[in-house]
This record gives sequence, structure tokens and C-alpha cells, in this order.
Amino acid sequence: MSNPFKTLALAGVATLALSASALAEIKLGATISETGPASFLGDPEAKTLKLLVEKINAAGGIKGEKIKLFLYDDGGDPNKARTFATRLVEEDGVVAIIGGTTTGTTMAVMPVAGENKIPFISLAGAIEIIDPVQPFVFKTPHTDKMACEKIFEDIKKRGLSKVGMLSGTDGFGASMRKQCLAVAPAWGMTIVADETYGPKDTDMTPQLTTIRGKEGVQAIVTPGFGQGPAIVTRNYNQLSMTIPLYQSHGVASNSFIQLAGAKESEGVRIPGTALLVADLLAADDPQKKVVTEYKALFEGATKTPVSTFGGYAHDAFAIFVDAAKRSKSFKAVDLRDAIEGTSKLVGTTGTVTMSAKDHIGLDLSSFRMLEIRNGGWTLVK
Amino acid sequence: MADFMQFALSGVTVGAVYALIALGFTIIYNASDVVNFAQGEFVMLGGMGTVFAHQAGLPLPLAALLAIALTAMIGIIFNRLAIETARNAPVVSLIIITIGASIFIQGVVQIVFGKQIYRLPSFSGDTPIPLFGANILPQSLWVIAGAIIVFIALWLFFTRTMTGRAVLATSNNRLAAQLVGINTNFMMTLSFGVSAAIGALAGVLVSPITLTSYQVGVPLALKGFAAAMLGGMGNPKGALVGGILLGLLESFTAGYLSSHYKDAVAFIVILVLLSVKPQGLFGTKTVNRV
Amino acid sequence: MRISPKMATLLTLSVIMLIAPFFFPSAYYFRIASLVYVNALAVVGVVILTGYAGQISLGHAGFAGIGGYACALAPVYLGLHPAASVVFGALASGVMAWIVGRPILRLKGYYLAVASLGFGILVSMVLTNEIAVTGGPDGMKVADLGLRSWLSERGLSLTNGQFWYTITALLLLAGAWLALNLENSATGRALRALHGSETAAGTVGIDVASAKLTAFIISAVYASVSGSLIALMNRMITPDIAGYMHSIEMVTMAVLGGSASVAGGVFGAAILTLLPQALTSFDQYEQVTLGLIMMLVMIFLRQGLLPGLASLLKGRGA
Repeated sequence: MSNPFKTLALAGVATLALSASALAEIKLGATISETGPASFLGDPEAKTLKLLVEKINAAGGIKGEKIKLFLYDDGGDPNKARTFATRLVEEDGVVAIIGGTTTGTTMAVMPVAGENKIPFISLAGAIEIIDPVQPFVFKTPHTDKMACEKIFEDIKKRGLSKVGMLSGTDGFGASMRKQCLAVAPAWGMTIVADETYGPKDTDMTPQLTTIRGKEGVQAIVTPGFGQGPAIVTRNYNQLSMTIPLYQSHGVASNSFIQLAGAKESEGVRIPGTALLVADLLAADDPQKKVVTEYKALFEGATKTPVSTFGGYAHDAFAIFVDAAKRSKSFKAVDLRDAIEGTSKLVGTTGTVTMSAKDHIGLDLSSFRMLEIRNGGWTLVK
Repeated sequence: MADFMQFALSGVTVGAVYALIALGFTIIYNASDVVNFAQGEFVMLGGMGTVFAHQAGLPLPLAALLAIALTAMIGIIFNRLAIETARNAPVVSLIIITIGASIFIQGVVQIVFGKQIYRLPSFSGDTPIPLFGANILPQSLWVIAGAIIVFIALWLFFTRTMTGRAVLATSNNRLAAQLVGINTNFMMTLSFGVSAAIGALAGVLVSPITLTSYQVGVPLALKGFAAAMLGGMGNPKGALVGGILLGLLESFTAGYLSSHYKDAVAFIVILVLLSVKPQGLFGTKTVNRV
Repeated sequence: MRISPKMATLLTLSVIMLIAPFFFPSAYYFRIASLVYVNALAVVGVVILTGYAGQISLGHAGFAGIGGYACALAPVYLGLHPAASVVFGALASGVMAWIVGRPILRLKGYYLAVASLGFGILVSMVLTNEIAVTGGPDGMKVADLGLRSWLSERGLSLTNGQFWYTITALLLLAGAWLALNLENSATGRALRALHGSETAAGTVGIDVASAKLTAFIISAVYASVSGSLIALMNRMITPDIAGYMHSIEMVTMAVLGGSASVAGGVFGAAILTLLPQALTSFDQYEQVTLGLIMMLVMIFLRQGLLPGLASLLKGRGA
């Protein structure tokens, strides 16, 4: 297992050495939660950025200029994220910032980006990041609201309406829980149970037992990431429950199936991205090329399965590169305008078209409802 | 009734996990008066070590043995290099040293093994066993049996063997223990080795249920620490009862009151209990030397 | 003229505070320095509790959380000015410390550690769970203090970094001054007496319980003000401020620097705030290095870095 790390470290050194020798370079900043409670999200994000920067520099950079990546680990602490954002802007002189793995760290970076007029592409889920729109703040993931709507749409299609929620109390789970509770009435859903679990909890059978005991409950929705959702899925089987189980996009990775077990996760549905079903996509699917290439690059270098989160970093970087190619100059303010002008850019999460009013540029159709069958993903028609 | 039973089974399973960790705290505390905040890392090393030895091709029991032996070695090295050298340091310094060790071990594991989450295969399959209208996983029985066996072994060790009594004597009065011919250094080495091994064993037993990653240690150690203090630090009976009690409190709170404040109730009980009984349930009152 | 140790600490601190900004190449350095001062303020509180009175708290971040969220919530719900909210938070923390401290300070050593730990976890749990009020784990925005624009209207215009540097430096200086005065007061002597031996302190007529409670309340107020400052500086707050790791960080700063003196605590806060910034190039080796430093200092410089280094230098000089 040490090999991928060594490869990465060497690659990082090589990148630095290369970019240091280049005369002009584009300085890109990132503050990511590589360690701490959100490292499950931040780790693939950081690895993705390093790999992509290395790849583009090896191919000659953008308009002949290499990218120099300044990457800091904020450990999921907003106070640190704010400090690193200040460092990126004031010390390193970056022209754009990618990052903010969690909504908390994103909120801490936003004022720094705004005051210094540096474009900032967040990797966090909450809708508050881009609503109301702030001129310098963008984000790549779907909002939690969209994930809830995708799930509720599917539940409705099955003719069900009574939902039990079991959410993680981490930022990801809590934010999605809030959005789901808010949009449920609009989709004709009744929330009959609203339970939570701590991100480090080891047994959720009490919560599931409570939900099972609720009159007429027809489906379970469980926002969360990391080991929690896998334990929930195993506990659900332990209790021999059969009502449909929906996990969130927070588990969208093959490692979820490995952790929960192929038998245990049979029939679980999640709103996921094309990244997970790269092989199943039709040859003419616009995302086919992008997701296949990224999957090969990431899994080849790290020997770990791709996840939605690494995909968010991929898309943020793709948006930055695309904007830099179109931009009048590599100045921060011009880059901002170019990012806002992103149009029909195909990423792992969906096709992105931004505008002055829309700083995320994805719609519901970019989410795909996936179901686990025989230890693999299938598309729900 | 079925619900009650399910909550109880959940509580006992989780409680047995806490008890196993609390038992590890007990041994080191008995030998050295040190509460080892790196105890959770032994649990993590046991789980992660087994995962990687198993992935490398070793059969599961052998992988587990190897991981436990390696963790015991690490415990002994930690004692020699850090705890022995810092003997007689104030409590707060010892807390910082063991927390430093915890951060250090996590850092090393994260470099060597990465930040992925892993699961060990269950020892006896994943088919739930029905019990009074509730379901329990075979692995839970392994964990509960593990906690009980370790408890009995430790209890016999501390009350029935000369070595066990020598460990207790070392803790009570190091100088006096040396005077009556006890090799106190060996007792310390022994207790760190055994404690680390028990931690690692806990890691092997619980990983199929709780999953494992480089950062599972701290939350487990905190709960184990709380359980040990609830029962009374230093007493194996306290560790077992404290662990199970904490697990039951959590699951019944989650089941009947509110899952949002599950952990809160556990800590409120600890605060209240300690203000009534400052030595925990089974702790003995120590007399302050002036 | 001989300078007392108290004056020496305050003078050194003020000179450093005055001169340092002239060497700052960018606003980033003002930010880091402000963080050093804010952390040092909380650590001075820990010095009073742990260094003077010999009591352990693994839950002091709970008070930082109360202070921080007071600045976020009081302006919204009570209509208080952010500056008044700092005072409100300090009062709330003091009252909370009084309520919690009375039962738990009867405990000793590790039992006190676990009880205070429980308190800290309870605070952070309330902040995380009461989403409707606190915004949950994603936290909430904090109102602008307004003082900077007030000053600039009166002709004193400072950048954001310079402004917070000044505020935090002044408050740390005030906090250090109070702590140093306390050290030489009757209460301070009582605290140090009970640090040596509670039983002995009791027999010579010191009210041990009330002395410990006083130290606990004072240190809680320090942590609270430090939490308020972090909230106001960042203009946002999350429950991380009340988390277990933050509690550990405070104690580590104090003990690593030398918890017996205010100077040692401030030094520890400076080292541990600067270290992660210096270690960023270590990337994945950062955690290993930090853990190693914690162990090595505590094993080989048991009194802490500042007294340890001082005695090393003296030893060499002699």
C-alpha cells in the first residue's frame, strides 16, 4: 500500500521541480480536509488535484504555462481553512482557490475570496454556498436539495410516500437532512421518523428499530458518508428489514459495496453520478469519455476506487482549466468572468453551464438513480 | 417487547466493545497509574494490521495473531521509550505524552496504510440469529464472549496469581514492591504488552462490526475511558460493568428518548455518578499521601 | 533598578507586539499573529487552572464554544451589540463554570479529566444538534464587530489584519496582566499552596474548594473571550470550536510551553500555532512530527519548553 503514496509523493516533487523551472506559471491554491473527520472526502480530492496538475503540466500546461499547485490540509477546521485561504491569497499569490471540502470550511474561505476578488470553487454540498450567488464563489457538487429531490422522485415513482429518515450528525448528513425535511412536502412525502446517528457510532439498530416501529413507514432515506452508511446497511439486514433503503451520494463509491457487503447492499438505491457506472454508459453518452479517463487515471495511480468526492475535485479543476483557456488573461478577475461563462463543460458530475445567476450549473438530470445488484451498480430506468 | 430486546442486544454488543477497551485501560492503570490515551490506537492497530496481513495472503486467524503480537511489541516499546523515561511526571504531562503517542501512531498508519475504511470478514457469517423476537449477528456473540473471557482471565490474573499481585503492588508502591523483590520494570513491560494485546484483540473482534480506519482509535478510546471511569478505574469488574452499562444507556436512549442526544445521556450519567461517587461504581478510595 | 518577573513578562510581550508588525511582509502574518494572541489568551486561563492550581480540564473548549456562540447568537436573539455579546458570553461561561465546577472539582486527577471531558462533549453536542438555533455542524455567520468602520470614520483606518492584530494583542496584554497580578495575590498564593498539596493547604486554613472554583471560573472566562474573538475574527463559527481536539490543544499549548508561568503558556501557544504553518511542506508527515514533538518535550523537558530551554542555556553558560 505504500507504493501509491510513494508514487504520489514523487510525482508531487517532480511537479514542483518542473513548475519551478518554468518561467511563467499559473498559481492555483487549494485548501482541502486531507485529514480529520472529513478525510474520507478530502483525501481523494487532494489526490485528484495532484494527479490532474501533474498530467496537464506533462502535456505542456495551459497556453504554454505550467500550473503550480499550492495545496494545504485544513483538517476540516474552518479556523485553519480561513488561515490557509489568507496564506494562499497573501503569501502564495494564487489566482484561484479550489476546496473547502466541507460546508464549514467553505463558509470560512468565502469571505477571504470575496474581499480579495479571487475566484473560489467549493467542493461542498450545501445550497447556502451559491444561494444567494456571490460573485467570486462557485461550486461543483450537486446541492443536497437536488439529492433529496432525486430520491423523493424515485420513491414517488414507486408509489410510496411515507419516509423514515436516519441521518448522520456530521455536516454532510445534517445539511442534507435539513434540505430533505424542507422539500419533502413539495414531493408529497410524509416524514414519519427523523432519527440521527453520530459519525463515529458503531451500531444503529436502535434507530432502525424505532423507524421500523413507525406506522406505515414505506422507505428509509439515510444521508451520510464514511463508515456510518455501511453500518446502517448491515444493521438493516441484521433486522431483516425489506422496505426500500436509499443511501445518499455521500456513499457513491465501490468501497461502499465492499464495506457493507455485496449481499447486504443488494437493492440499495443512491442518487449517483456517471462516474460509478462508467462501463454501463452508452458509447455516445457525452460523459462516457470524461469519466472513463478519470477513473483510469485515479484508480491506476492510487489503487483505490474512485468516489464522487474525487470527481468533484476533478470537475473543479476542469472548470478552472477550461476557464483559463478561454480567459483574456490569467488574472484572478478575468478568470472569474471566464468561470462564470462556463458552458456545456462535461464533468464527472454532469454537464456544467454557469451564468451570473447560477454558480453551480447542474440540473437534476445529471443525477442518476443507481441500484446495487450482485455487488455492482446498475442504472434504474 | 421485541423492540426492548433489540435495544438490549444492541446495548450489550456496543457495551462489550467498550468493555474490551476499558479492560485494556485497567491493566496499564493498575501497573503504573497511567491512563493511556493511546489505548484506542492499539485497537486500531489490531484491526488495520489484521486487514493488511489478511490482504497480503495470510489466513484470517494467523493474520490476527500477527497483528496482536506486533501491537503488543509496540506497546512494550512505547512503555520503554516514553512511559518509563517519564516516570513520576505529573498526570497532565502523562496525558499529553499518551495523546502525543496517539497522534504519532495515527500519523504513521495513515502514511503506511492510507486513509481508506476497511472491514474484516465476519468470523461466522452474517446470518442474523433470532433471539426473543430480536436479531443478533454471530459476530456480536464473538465480541461479547471476548469481553467475558478477557475479564475472567484478568480477574483471575490479578487475584489468583503472584505475578498479578506483583503488578498491583508495583502500582501501589513502587519502592516497597522493589524492596520485597518484585522486578517492577518487568511488571511494567508485561502490563503494557498485555494491555496492547487486549486492545488489538478487541480491534480484531470488533472490526467486522464497526469497520476500521486510521482514525477509529480516538472515539473508541474516549468511550472506553468513560466506561472505565464509570465503573471505577483499575477494577476489571468496573471496566466490564461500566462498558456494558454505557452501551445499554446509549441504545435505550436512542431507542426510547432521542437518538440526537444518545451520547449526551451517557456523559450526563457519568457527571452525576462521579459527583455522588467520586471513585466510580467499583473504585476504591485512595488516601492522599501528604 | 531591578525588574520584577511580572514586569519582565509584560515588557517583553509589549515590545514583541510593537516591533513584530514592522517585519510582517503580508496580511497573512497579521492573521497568524492574531491567532497566536487569541490562543495564548485561552492558554493563560489554562495556566491559572493547571499551572497555578494544579487542576486538569479536558473540556475547556466548551467555554470557548459558549463565548463564540454568544457572539453569533446574542446579536440575533437578544439584539445585543457584538462587543456586549463578548461580555455576555464571558458571564454565561462564568456562571456555567460555577454550576459545573462545584461538583466536578471535588474529583481528582483522571476523574476530573473525564468529568470535564464530558462537559466539553455535552456543549459541543448541543451546538451540533440544535440545528434550528446554531446552524448545526456547518455553523453560522457572525455579525461584524463594527469597531473598524467606527475607527475609520474617525480617521484611524486599519486593514482587517491590522485591526484584529491590535485588538487581540491588547486583550492578551490585559489578560496576562490580570493573571500575573493574580499570581501574587492572596488567591494566587492559596492556589499554589493547594497545587503542592491539597491536604496541607486545607490544614493551614485555605478554603480549598472555593480556591479551586475561583481558578476554574477565571480560566473559563479566558477561554470564553478567546472563543468570542475567534468568532468575530472569522465572521463565522462552527461547533469545532467546542470540540475535544480544541480542548486538548489548549492544554497541550500550556503544558508544552511551561504551564507554571504566563510566559511559558504564551510561548507554548506561539509554538503550536506556528508549527502547523511551518510543517505544511511536510505534507503527510505533519501528524507524525506533531505527535513526536509532544512526546519528546514532555519526556525530556518536563517543565515545558520555556523553562526547559532556559535551564539548558543557564547550564551551558555556567
